[in-house]
Amino acid sequence: MAKSASPRPATSGTASPEEVARFTAMADAWWDPEGDFRPLHRFNPTRLTFVRDHLARHFGRDVTTDRPFAGLRLLDVGCGGGLLSEPLARLGFSVTGIDAGERNVAVARLHAERSDLPIDYRVATPEDMAGEEFDVVMIMEIVEHVPDLGEFLGVVAPLVRPGGALFAATLNRTMRSYALGIVAAEYVMGWLPRGTHDWKKFVKPSELAAHLRRHGIVVKDLKGMSYDLARDEWKITADLGVNYMAYAAKD
Amino acid sequence: MSACSPASATVHDVLIVGGGLVGGALACALGQAGLRVAVVDHEDPARLVRPEYDGRASAVALTARNALAAVGVWTGVAPHAQPILDIRVTEGDSPLFLQYGAEVRDDRPFGWMAENRVLRRALLARMAALPSVTLYAPARLAELSRDTDRAHAWLDDGRTLAAALVVAADGRNSAVRRQAGIGVVDWDYGQHGIVCTVGHERPHRGIAHERFLPAGPFAILPLPGNRSSIVWAERADLAPAILAQDDEGFLAELRLRFGDFLGDLALDGPRFSHPLGLRLALRYVDRRLALVGDAAHGLHPIAGQGMNMGIRDVAALAELVVERHRLGLDIGDPAVLARYQAWRRFDNLLMAAMTDGINRLFSNRIPPLRLVRDLGLAAVHRMPPLKRLFARHAMGLAGDLPRLLRGEAP
Repeated sequence: MAKSASPRPATSGTASPEEVARFTAMADAWWDPEGDFRPLHRFNPTRLTFVRDHLARHFGRDVTTDRPFAGLRLLDVGCGGGLLSEPLARLGFSVTGIDAGERNVAVARLHAERSDLPIDYRVATPEDMAGEEFDVVMIMEIVEHVPDLGEFLGVVAPLVRPGGALFAATLNRTMRSYALGIVAAEYVMGWLPRGTHDWKKFVKPSELAAHLRRHGIVVKDLKGMSYDLARDEWKITADLGVNYMAYAAKD
Repeated sequence: MSACSPASATVHDVLIVGGGLVGGALACALGQAGLRVAVVDHEDPARLVRPEYDGRASAVALTARNALAAVGVWTGVAPHAQPILDIRVTEGDSPLFLQYGAEVRDDRPFGWMAENRVLRRALLARMAALPSVTLYAPARLAELSRDTDRAHAWLDDGRTLAAALVVAADGRNSAVRRQAGIGVVDWDYGQHGIVCTVGHERPHRGIAHERFLPAGPFAILPLPGNRSSIVWAERADLAPAILAQDDEGFLAELRLRFGDFLGDLALDGPRFSHPLGLRLALRYVDRRLALVGDAAHGLHPIAGQGMNMGIRDVAALAELVVERHRLGLDIGDPAVLARYQAWRRFDNLLMAAMTDGINRLFSNRIPPLRLVRDLGLAAVHRMPPLKRLFARHAMGLAGDLPRLLRGEAP
C-alpha cells in the first residue's frame, strides 16, 4: 500500500534551505499518524509484530531485551519515509533503506536524524546493491508495483545471506482484493490515491513462493491481515485473500 | 526537531512528572521493561517517607497488589501491610446491615492497608534498584515543551531532559495538566476529610469498618499491630474546630464516632485534614502527554482508593507503551495515547458515577470511602451472586484488566 515514489527528483546532499523546508513538511506528512500515510501507520504495528516475532525465533533473540537484534544487518527495499526502517533500527538492526525516489530518501534521512537513528538511506534500486549481503531483507508493499516479479526476486534473493530471512507483504490477486484493495481502499475509504494499485500486478502467494524457491528461499509462514473497522486496527489472520505477509528463510 | 534539542539533554524514553505512589509505580513498571525513565519530583525523597509528610494509608486492592508484585515493589510492602479480611458497613447507630465474609472472596483478602510512607519507601527502593530509572529529586520543572518529535524538560537546576512521552503524575493540582490547557470538572463537597492513625487496646482482626454518619462516612481501616487508620469526613464548618482541639479533646470527638469496641484509643502520629472534592480532567492526553492518577481523576485526596485507580491507569499505560516500545515504534504516538484514554477514561468516569450514585443513596453530600464504593445495600446482602459481583468490583477484579493487574509483567 506504499505510495509510489515522487516523480520530481530533488538534489540530494546539498539541499537549499527551501528544499530543507519542503522536506521537513513532507517528513511531517509522512510521519503524521493521522495524515496522508495514516493507513501505513495503522498497518505498522501489525506487520512489525509478524516480522519481529519471526525474527526473534529465526535468530534466537529475546524481544524483551534492549535492542534485541543488535549485530544484524537489514535491508528495507522501498523504504519510503522510513516507517519500517526506523522501528527496526530501534530494535537493534543496522538498517540500510533504499528507495528509487530521491524525495522519499531525503525525507527518510531527515526524519531519522530527528529521531537520532543511524540509518543508512540510499537512493538506490535492488540492482545497485548487488554484491552486498544482509541478514534480513524486507520487500514490503513493493512486489505489487514491479513490472516483472521473477526478475525482481532474482535480483533481491542474492541480497539475503545464507541462513538469513526475507519478508514480503503484498496484495493477493483475488476477486476480494479487487473489491477491497482497489474499490474500497482507493474509492470508498479514500485511503490511497486512485490508481495506486494495478490489480493485474497483484501477487498470489503461490507465485511468490515459487519464484523464491527457485532462488533457494523457502516460505515458512504466510499470514493475512484484515482490517477491523470497529477497532480501527489491523489484525493478523489465516485469511490470505487480500493483504498478506510472508516470512521466508534462505538455506 | 533536532534544531531545538539542547545538545546536552539527557535522553529518556519516558519523563514522569511526580514520583508519588502512582508516578513511582509507573516508573517501576516501565523501568523493569527496560525503558529509560526519568522521574522528576520537587520533594526530597528523604522527606517523603517521614510520617509527618503523609500520614495517610492506602487501601491496596487485590489487583493493585498484583501489579505492585509484578513490578517488584510488593515484597517491600508486604511485611508492613495489613490484610483486610472483612468489611462491615453500618449506617448511623443502626445494627450491622452489610457484611462481607470469606464466602464472597474465595478466601483471599479484600485488599491490604498500607501506610503511604511504607509504599513510598518500597517504590523508592525499587526505582533505585532499576538501572534504567533516574530520579531527579528534589528538582522542579522550569519549562516543558512537547513537540512533534519529542518533549524537552528544563529543570530549575539547569539540567535538560528529552523524552518521547511525558506522563503527568503530579496530582490533583497538576501543573503539567494546566500547562497543557486540559480543563477539569470540579466538585466541592463542602466537607473536610480528617485523617489520623490510632492505637487501640484490642486487635482489629483485620476487619474494616465503614460507618455512614450524618456528617459523612467514617472509616476504621486496620493497620499492622493494634493500630487503625481513621478516615473521617466532617462538615467543612465543623472540621477546623475539631482539629484545633488538643489531643484529648480531639480523641473525645473521635471516641464518639469510633466507639469502644476496640478498647481505649490513643493517637499515633499527627492528624491531617483536606477539603473533599471531585476533580476530573476533561481529557487524559495531549501531544506526547498522558495524565495518570489524581492528575486525571481526583476523587478526593483522602479516599484511600486513589492509589488503586492510579494503578489501573499505570497498568493500562505501561502495557500500551511497552508493547509499542518492543515493536520499535514511537511510544508517544497519538494512536497510543488515544487507546490509553479510551481504555481508562470510561472506567474512571463509571467509577465516579457509581460513587456519586451511592452517595445519593446515603443522603450524604460526599462519596463514601471507596473501600466499599461498589458495594450495595442491605438488598445486596441478601443476594449472594450480586454481592459476589460487587465484592469483585471492590477488589478491582471486574472489567477489562491490563496484564499488570493480573500480576503479569507487561
